[in-house]
Amino acid sequence: MQIRTREFVPRATFALHDPNLQRALAKAADGFIGKRAKAIAEVPEFEALREAASARKDEILSELDLWLERFEARVRAVGGQVHWARDAEEARAIVLALCRRAGARTVAKGKSMVSEEIGLNEALAADGLEVIETDLGEYIVQLAKEPPSHIIAPAVHKTKEQVAELFAEHHGGPPKTTVPELVTEARLQLRRKFFRTDVGITGANFLIAETGASVIVTNEGNGDLTQSLARVHIVTAGIEKVVPTLEDATLFLRLLARSATGQDSETYTTYSMGPRRADDPDGPQEYHVVLVDNGRSRMLGGPWRPMLRCIRCGACMNHCPVYGAIGGHAYGWVYPGPMGSVLTPLFVGLDTAYDLPNACTLNGRCGEVCPVKIPLPDLIREVRHAQQRDGLHPPAEQRAKALWRRAAERPALYHGLERLAVRLLATLGRKGRIRRMAGLHAWTDARDLPAPSGRTFLELWHAKGRDE
Amino acid sequence: MSSPPGRAGTVGLFATCLMNAMRPNIGFAAARLLEDAGWRVEVPREQTCCGQPAYNGGDEDAARALARRTIAQFEAFDALVAPSGSCLATLKYDYPRLLRDDPLWAGRAQALADKSWELLTFLHERVGAEHIRSRFPHRVTYHDSCSGLRQLGIREAPRALLARVEGLKLVEAEEREVCCGFGGTFSVKYPALSERLAENKVQRLLATRAEVVLGGDLGCLLHLAGRLTRICAPVRVYHTVEVLAGLADGPGIGQA
Repeated sequence: MQIRTREFVPRATFALHDPNLQRALAKAADGFIGKRAKAIAEVPEFEALREAASARKDEILSELDLWLERFEARVRAVGGQVHWARDAEEARAIVLALCRRAGARTVAKGKSMVSEEIGLNEALAADGLEVIETDLGEYIVQLAKEPPSHIIAPAVHKTKEQVAELFAEHHGGPPKTTVPELVTEARLQLRRKFFRTDVGITGANFLIAETGASVIVTNEGNGDLTQSLARVHIVTAGIEKVVPTLEDATLFLRLLARSATGQDSETYTTYSMGPRRADDPDGPQEYHVVLVDNGRSRMLGGPWRPMLRCIRCGACMNHCPVYGAIGGHAYGWVYPGPMGSVLTPLFVGLDTAYDLPNACTLNGRCGEVCPVKIPLPDLIREVRHAQQRDGLHPPAEQRAKALWRRAAERPALYHGLERLAVRLLATLGRKGRIRRMAGLHAWTDARDLPAPSGRTFLELWHAKGRDE
Repeated sequence: MSSPPGRAGTVGLFATCLMNAMRPNIGFAAARLLEDAGWRVEVPREQTCCGQPAYNGGDEDAARALARRTIAQFEAFDALVAPSGSCLATLKYDYPRLLRDDPLWAGRAQALADKSWELLTFLHERVGAEHIRSRFPHRVTYHDSCSGLRQLGIREAPRALLARVEGLKLVEAEEREVCCGFGGTFSVKYPALSERLAENKVQRLLATRAEVVLGGDLGCLLHLAGRLTRICAPVRVYHTVEVLAGLADGPGIGQA
């Protein structure tokens, strides 16, 4: 997927003024936030579950190598194959080679953020394969030739009317007016395609070490068709997806659906394990799991490790006021919102994704809703620190910060400057406020600057001889 | 009817940068309430910034230097009190983290953190509300600032204190837990985003038909007051403690 993180500011600015996007976002926020709150209210032990899940993830991550190897052994034992990809390029090459070997012409895909991360669709298309996204949202953005804008609701940035228009353009016929009509239309289109699929590629919400199963949750059942109708099933998954036992998976599943869509569980929770056995009624002839590192093992050691707890529910972005104002495309890569503001700079570069962790108010709501208690605000701040160490903050800002620090360590100077500033601002004030001020446009373009009275608290307090 | 000052203990009042420069009235209001309840209030002359702008801006080193300064200035008092949840959260949670590997300072950072209070919480939990006897016959809504709300869990204290104010009618806004878009330097680094978040918040506040917006953090209040005067909204903005101390008789923030 093309990296457009450097265009954050212009894309965010336009997003604020895109009426269709704004309409779609307002509708989505209402749904996601309300439904999650309701679902959680029905589980009194939700906080305890978060605590348990967070602790369990940390345990698993501290022995990740062990669980990955056990997973690999179990997959082999049931007749599947495991492939290790160090980076995106290796991952693409592995999948391409598997498709070629299968003589594939058509590839069906269930929703997989890792496949977006490694740029799989572009690579498959470049190799002459027809790629069909089967998740409704992914199907919509594929028709629109856009990347997904949300990790669980890829087309959340589109209004119903936009989707109707898009379908009419691609499927023919008059635009439909209701959601059920649109869903039926997509289902009929996709159903035909499923039956001529050679290879089915899905992601994985969890990989279970004790059984060798991969687990996906969907609301459309598209993942099941993708993986059971194709001759070859390929799972692409980040290495952090492994959990030791089925018991572990159920813990995370209880949190995932409620945090993501406010459901008790998603409509389909599908476990796949190896290729079709002799007495199975259906299933693929080959079963492959591509374990993608792509920088994850580097995140294991150091401050970023908690980020690997992420179960990709999207609650952080659903509750982020900035994401809610601009949507996911402005973030310019696969992972938007708070989790993306940590992950994207780590994947594409602290420099390339400079704006993402900075365009955040650190209000903390993301951390509060995270089902695995990732301290997102702390990690976002930590990315800023890493950017500081690399000298990436704008030069003017760095100079200002250095000067400010020097003053703040010298009380006489600091207070002198404050007194000066306060007097200046007081003379500029009209009716108690400053409408416009050279050098302060970034503030005064959006709001007035309340004018101070002309004396600082410290000088007034000590002038009264209070502490003498 | 004040108690003899100092009987309850001595409080070091942390004069936040914004309060010091933009709204001294908040400091005087805080002092009045504390002194009425028998606390002695001192304001160390050498205090400067808590270091949060540096910490959030990526400069851990500067934040550490300012943390040490602040600790040295305040550790002798019975308590440190700050009229801001945001600065206080820095003192309480970030100082011990920033200095945890510093053998000379880790203990001192934690000791100060343990006796540092956000003003409204201090009034509610330590001082008690019986000394509050102000009158403010207005329809009021309260803005929960994110640092106070999420890092310090401030939710009840301001509401319980405001319930003591004669004539005050509190009307809660919708989406109380959503950020106003100030975010410190965020407000000037990403002004278009900050403006949209402010406008979203202002719409919710105005929907309550309140005459007055109160809050506990001057950063958010300057931002909201600036937005409210920009759109010529007939609403006044004060820090909660100004109302509690009966010092909200002058112009609101950003008004004359």
